[in-house]
Amino acid sequence: MKNRVQIPTEYIAPKTGFLNRVENILPKLVLVPTIAVALIFIYGFILWTTWISFTNSRLLPDYSLAANYKISEQVVEKLKNDGIPETILEKLAPLLTQESVRKNDFLTEVTDQLGEEETIKYENIILKHAHNPDLLVQFITLFTKEPRWWVAIINLFIFSSLFIVICIITGLILAIFLDQRIRAEGFLRTIYLYPMALSFIVTGAAWRWILNPDLGLERLIQQIGFKDFTFRWLVDPNMAIYTIVIAAVWQSSGFMLALFLAGLRGIDDAIIKAAKVDGASLPRIYWRIIIPSLRPVFLSAVIILSHLAIKSFDLVMILTRGGPGTATDMPATFMYAFAFNRARLGFGAASAVIMFLAVMAIIIPYLFTELRRTRNA
Amino acid sequence: MKFLKGALVFLVVIGLCFTIFAGEVEVLHWWTSGGEAAAMTVLKQMLEKEGHTWKDFAVAGGGGDAAMTVLKSRAIAGNPPSAAQVKGPQIQLWGAEGVLTNLDDVAKAEKWDKIIPKVVADIMKYKGHYVAVPVNVHRINWMWCNPAVFKKAGAKIPTTWAEFEVAAKKIQAAGLIPVAWGGQPWQEATVFETIVAGIGGSDFYRKALVKADPAALNSYTMIKCLETLKMIKQYTDKGAPGRDWNLATAMVIKGQAAMQFMGDWAKGEFTAAGKKPGVDYIAALAPQTSKQFIFNIDSFIMFKIKDAKNVEAQKAMARLILQPRFQEVFNVNKGSIPVRLGMPEAPFDAPARQAMKDFVTSAKTGGLVPSMAHEMAVMPAIRGAIMDVVTNFYNSNMSAKDAASQLASAVKAAK
Repeated sequence: MKNRVQIPTEYIAPKTGFLNRVENILPKLVLVPTIAVALIFIYGFILWTTWISFTNSRLLPDYSLAANYKISEQVVEKLKNDGIPETILEKLAPLLTQESVRKNDFLTEVTDQLGEEETIKYENIILKHAHNPDLLVQFITLFTKEPRWWVAIINLFIFSSLFIVICIITGLILAIFLDQRIRAEGFLRTIYLYPMALSFIVTGAAWRWILNPDLGLERLIQQIGFKDFTFRWLVDPNMAIYTIVIAAVWQSSGFMLALFLAGLRGIDDAIIKAAKVDGASLPRIYWRIIIPSLRPVFLSAVIILSHLAIKSFDLVMILTRGGPGTATDMPATFMYAFAFNRARLGFGAASAVIMFLAVMAIIIPYLFTELRRTRNA
Repeated sequence: MKFLKGALVFLVVIGLCFTIFAGEVEVLHWWTSGGEAAAMTVLKQMLEKEGHTWKDFAVAGGGGDAAMTVLKSRAIAGNPPSAAQVKGPQIQLWGAEGVLTNLDDVAKAEKWDKIIPKVVADIMKYKGHYVAVPVNVHRINWMWCNPAVFKKAGAKIPTTWAEFEVAAKKIQAAGLIPVAWGGQPWQEATVFETIVAGIGGSDFYRKALVKADPAALNSYTMIKCLETLKMIKQYTDKGAPGRDWNLATAMVIKGQAAMQFMGDWAKGEFTAAGKKPGVDYIAALAPQTSKQFIFNIDSFIMFKIKDAKNVEAQKAMARLILQPRFQEVFNVNKGSIPVRLGMPEAPFDAPARQAMKDFVTSAKTGGLVPSMAHEMAVMPAIRGAIMDVVTNFYNSNMSAKDAASQLASAVKAAK
């Protein structure tokens, strides 16, 4: 006991004293606003949007859950039991054949039959019995009655798969070429990275002019002398979606190049040298050793590119405005149009929730693999 | 310290003075471009002359999507501006939210029922009470022609769709573009509604595009209208998809194209290019719509606000908007016509004078119909549904018959 090492007091964190306490609390205090902002503006609004998607909100948010109203035989029976006079029930009879409708339309129909005064008198009790919850109405409308939503979904599928695959392939090839210890590597890398410094708005505007048959590529090549040359993807409803792929790939493949280049530089030279000594050819080394060891980079690339694809809004807005017609509509532009331009807030929220679920479907497995790896490490 | 105290008292007194003597109107609008902004300044000066203050709440960005988003958040927060630029059936949506004030006293004192047509007044009312003030009238069914192009091709300006086809063929044969087309959904819808008014007539127009009656939307007449819309496509150029309306107007001004179907704001482009009506360009009415007037009316909705002085300022604004002086200055600047009837014609140019005459006569004959494309006729959800089908039909190989039945089902789903 006697030779127990005495820790000098100045090394022990003091537990008292006002200033010291502040020092302990300060880091947490500084983090609080950030956490609060994230809680409210990210998670709070995710919950809010989800709630709105279960309502019939139109111009402004309406927090009562979506429902429809109908007077059926059973409703009449219940009303009778609640002591509604026969005369009123007779007046309501024409509504028996009507389809179920939203609250305001239902009240108008009831008023047409009963008149203002009696409607006010019996409104609450009629609404109580005629009420049928219809929680998923916005989602059902979205998937069964709105052809434009399916256009958006299919476009997203075409766009994101092509965008991700082409971006990764071009990024990887460029990175492998740049990794050959060539001259002016820094200069070339800057050139390839520059598109990423631009916003999608600039990219979209530039490509809109390049691809416009009256101003851009088609005209230029025709002026050079190839009179029969046509390139009209931008104005062709069947091909317009691919022009968005072109512009997006142009913008993002430089970033992929940077990612893969960093990955390549991180591979131990000794492995490659050992493979060379064993007589493996260069393509074989890349195919069998280097590319497989870039697996984590591939994963990050797919995650980054796929959430870019799902959120793609600005590029579409500026390049095609969702046109010609609605040929290049995406879920994000769809959501914007319905929630903000068409006073169908609940419907727009439903499409936003589907987009959120799509992003989650990608992010959650990623987070799981990441967490598992850190735990194992 | 004493000085500071003094200054503070002084400021408080000044502040009190303002609240005692003058109310403030806060106005949300997106008239921020040259002529429009100048026109709004006149209203501001007129209000200031009466001792009120004007707080501009201009949110730039044409069309006003951004402004509407701001307005919604302010209304939800219970702090709406005095007035906001909202038009057509959306007035009803805001009315249903219970946030609009009642302007009946101003309307009665100023005899609004006498000075504006009933069709217009009905749009400004929610459940029979005035809640909004109309500012100006735009006419949609114009056809802007370059007479030099017609002459070169030996064609004459068409008054029916059959004549249009003849003229368009000649112009195309002469190597020119018959129709300057802007391939954006709202522009396609503008031409579409002009065709519906022309081929279907005013009563059919009201059934199909105002009442959104599925039977009218999926009818033989509608199929004819859609076929006419598709017929025009072969007389447009390959660069049309996505083109802005003013670029299309420029094609007519430069003599590359013969005509454009567009509302009277296109006139501003001709004027800015130094072109004279009747000489360098001709403002003709779209085929078969000479008796009709498709209107687009801008208006201000007035919100319920608390401060009594501000309410007074708000009422003053409502009154001043329909005063002859503002009606004249604003509309001359904006290229529209006054919504107030019986205004002197002298300050206006020839197309505007014709529109002013037609506005009165069409109101009597029933040819005065609200524009669907410009958010005057149906709720935004239904307008969106109609526009989706029209633009998809125009830009694909869909048959007119399928499009008509899709119109009916899309409108039903949007209700």
